[in-house]
Amino acid sequence: MKVEQTIERCRELIAEPLGAIAERWKESHPGGRAVACFPVWSPAEVIHAGGMLPLGLLGAGATVELTHADSRFQSFVCSIAKSSLELGFQGLLKGVDGLVFSNICDVARNLSSIYKRNFPHFHVDYLHLAQNSTSGGVADYMADELRRLARGFEEAFGVRVTEPSLAKSIELYNAIRARIRGLYAFRIAEPQKLSTVELYQILRAATQAPPEEALSRLDDLAAELPAREGRPKDRIRVVVEGAFCEQPPLGLLEVLEEAGCYIVEDDLFLGWRWFTSDVPADGDPFRALGQSYVDRAVPSCTRHEGREPRAKGLIEKVRRSRADAVIFTPPKFCEPALFDFVPMRQGLEREGIPHLLVEFEEKMWTFERTRNEIETFVESMLFD
Amino acid sequence: MPAEVKERQYQGKVHQLSRDMMNAWMAQLARANETGEPTGAIMISGNCVELLRAFDIHPIFPEVTALQNAIRHQSLPLILKAEEVGYSSDNCAYVKADMGLFLSGGMGPGTKMPYPTVTLCNYVGCNVYVKWFEHLAAATGSELFMLDVPFLRTSEPTAADVRYVVKQIEELIAVLERISKKKFDIDKLREILAYSARAEEGYARSKDLCKGSPAPFDSFFDAINMMGPINVLRGTREAADFFDEAVKEFEGMVAEGVGPLSEERFRMVVEGPPPYPYYRSFRNLFTKWGAVAVASTYSTVGGIWEWGFRHDPARPLESIAEQMLTENLTNRSIVARYGQIKRYVEEWKADCLVIHSIKSCRLFSAGQGDMREYFTKELGVPTLLVESDLEDPRYYAEAQLRNRIDAFFESLEHKKLVAA
Repeated sequence: MKVEQTIERCRELIAEPLGAIAERWKESHPGGRAVACFPVWSPAEVIHAGGMLPLGLLGAGATVELTHADSRFQSFVCSIAKSSLELGFQGLLKGVDGLVFSNICDVARNLSSIYKRNFPHFHVDYLHLAQNSTSGGVADYMADELRRLARGFEEAFGVRVTEPSLAKSIELYNAIRARIRGLYAFRIAEPQKLSTVELYQILRAATQAPPEEALSRLDDLAAELPAREGRPKDRIRVVVEGAFCEQPPLGLLEVLEEAGCYIVEDDLFLGWRWFTSDVPADGDPFRALGQSYVDRAVPSCTRHEGREPRAKGLIEKVRRSRADAVIFTPPKFCEPALFDFVPMRQGLEREGIPHLLVEFEEKMWTFERTRNEIETFVESMLFD
Repeated sequence: MPAEVKERQYQGKVHQLSRDMMNAWMAQLARANETGEPTGAIMISGNCVELLRAFDIHPIFPEVTALQNAIRHQSLPLILKAEEVGYSSDNCAYVKADMGLFLSGGMGPGTKMPYPTVTLCNYVGCNVYVKWFEHLAAATGSELFMLDVPFLRTSEPTAADVRYVVKQIEELIAVLERISKKKFDIDKLREILAYSARAEEGYARSKDLCKGSPAPFDSFFDAINMMGPINVLRGTREAADFFDEAVKEFEGMVAEGVGPLSEERFRMVVEGPPPYPYYRSFRNLFTKWGAVAVASTYSTVGGIWEWGFRHDPARPLESIAEQMLTENLTNRSIVARYGQIKRYVEEWKADCLVIHSIKSCRLFSAGQGDMREYFTKELGVPTLLVESDLEDPRYYAEAQLRNRIDAFFESLEHKKLVAA
């Protein structure tokens, strides 16, 4: 399949409501269960190992009007929390059986229990992912936490999550992550051949399809992309940082590119490509996966990284991708991203790396002011 | 027209004792600044201050610093200072006021405080704590210990949760031994925990006395006099003695049939933290209606003692872990809080629920609209939701608050008349 056709298929997939995707999958998997994961990281492997369909619960963007959720959550709460809850109120998750949240922020924490109260038919689990990565007890704890999640699925849905099945699912997701790492490396090398708008759609589609199908699509892309035509343009290379949870509107990514940026690194769908290298396939797979969350993790605002300066991971990203600048894109009201902006900015300034702050909301639909800001920033760098 | 309700301007022993004790603590910190004695920054929620105390490490509470600056109307310049370096208007203003203080070259509300030797992040539910203490440790150059307490996401903590926390406490003890240059003495910790248990008993008994009518003190506005001793000074003989005195005082008031107001017309449960920059003004909005808080959730951020949990000197580390895991408001879900409030409404015989929603603390506030739905529509409890902030004075709109509070109590008064 040609790259354009594959991307078109991705576009179609992500336009579908999550519930419809789950229902369609169930037609060919009678009795199957679908479980949606709120950002950032969830062990999709555990879901898949139980024969269930893991999906990404990524809010509703501008596709739904809030009619219930805004009376539950105040005006100062991020949009993804409200629109994700609204999906439940409007029945757009019909077909999804379970939801997984984790301790990324206080809003996600409260959203989890509010979901459970309002929609008792969902099996809702809340993971406490370790924040003390140096404790001697952390590996055992994480293994136990993943086993607890599995037991919850077993009790709720009558599925079985065995060690051999989990080991196989880990291998499958290792393969997916390796392909995604390949796409990121490709975009660093030849950003003119793969736009971030396209990459975004590819990655989002991977969170809304069975992983086997996602892998096959990624394989097609890996085979076809190098031969794609693409003439380099006079743009600056940037890292986009901050959109690891609430999804930026495609229009925002388009404006970033049209205004003169090659986005060569980002933190989009961070949880779906969490590990810097393969999760070991031998030994206790629960432990391997849990331990990898701690010691193979990409830098993230939602995880405490010991005494590593918060800017270190970002600066490494800039160097590795040969970026000229960083565009911070924290979603409005996102505390983890907004807090980390301060030490990250300080780190960039120490290194002399230019940066720009562009806040967004998933339901944002006009971008002219943003375009203006980015064009000015790009011009200031190109003609400096 | 009913007679105007007034505050009795009750300032009795409890208020004075609390003030003296907190001042003595601040003076100790100021001395530590001069003598170089070790200090440890720690958070209020579900804290393990007893461990610091066991090594004679002076505890510093950045939240207390922040709230004291707010009460003294000094928070806004600090918040603005933090915003100048990039903190967002949407970030927790407690953190901004604290970081603003560092950026202004100071530490402490008026009194000069030492930089912490160790920054002990008791991560108990609040994710902002992690960021706050990462920034604090970086700003002060102090050693950061992340005590990761799994959130209470099942009815009871799992065995793995308890093992993980106990293991970290053991690791923390090794760090504190190194910092304080003192060997861990478990008997000393047991003695400290016995004082904690006594204070917890007294705090619980004081709150229990508010079940009577009139309640002897306002369990939201006056509880602050007890929150210092229970959260900051817990584990000392002085704090345990303080609560003995408090119980005596409140029992006397119950016997006399007096409360904080000239008349108790409405009994309310208050959810959420107070607006510290306008503490007195906010209180007055309720006083004029004769509304007294008979229970509050804010007074349980450090620990929920009213359901019977006490630190146990016979199981020192385990009971510290249990308190952090289960026996405080912040490590429990918002929906678990509905259960806590429901119990208050029923057992403390409240007429209504007042939710003070604050922008700074999403842990408390995100989803309080759902809480209002639950109490009004499912339980039929009259519920008022008002918004401002606990630290940032820019979010306090007095006229708007007054309108909403007046309308709510007018309607409640009407209902009472009709029912009578």
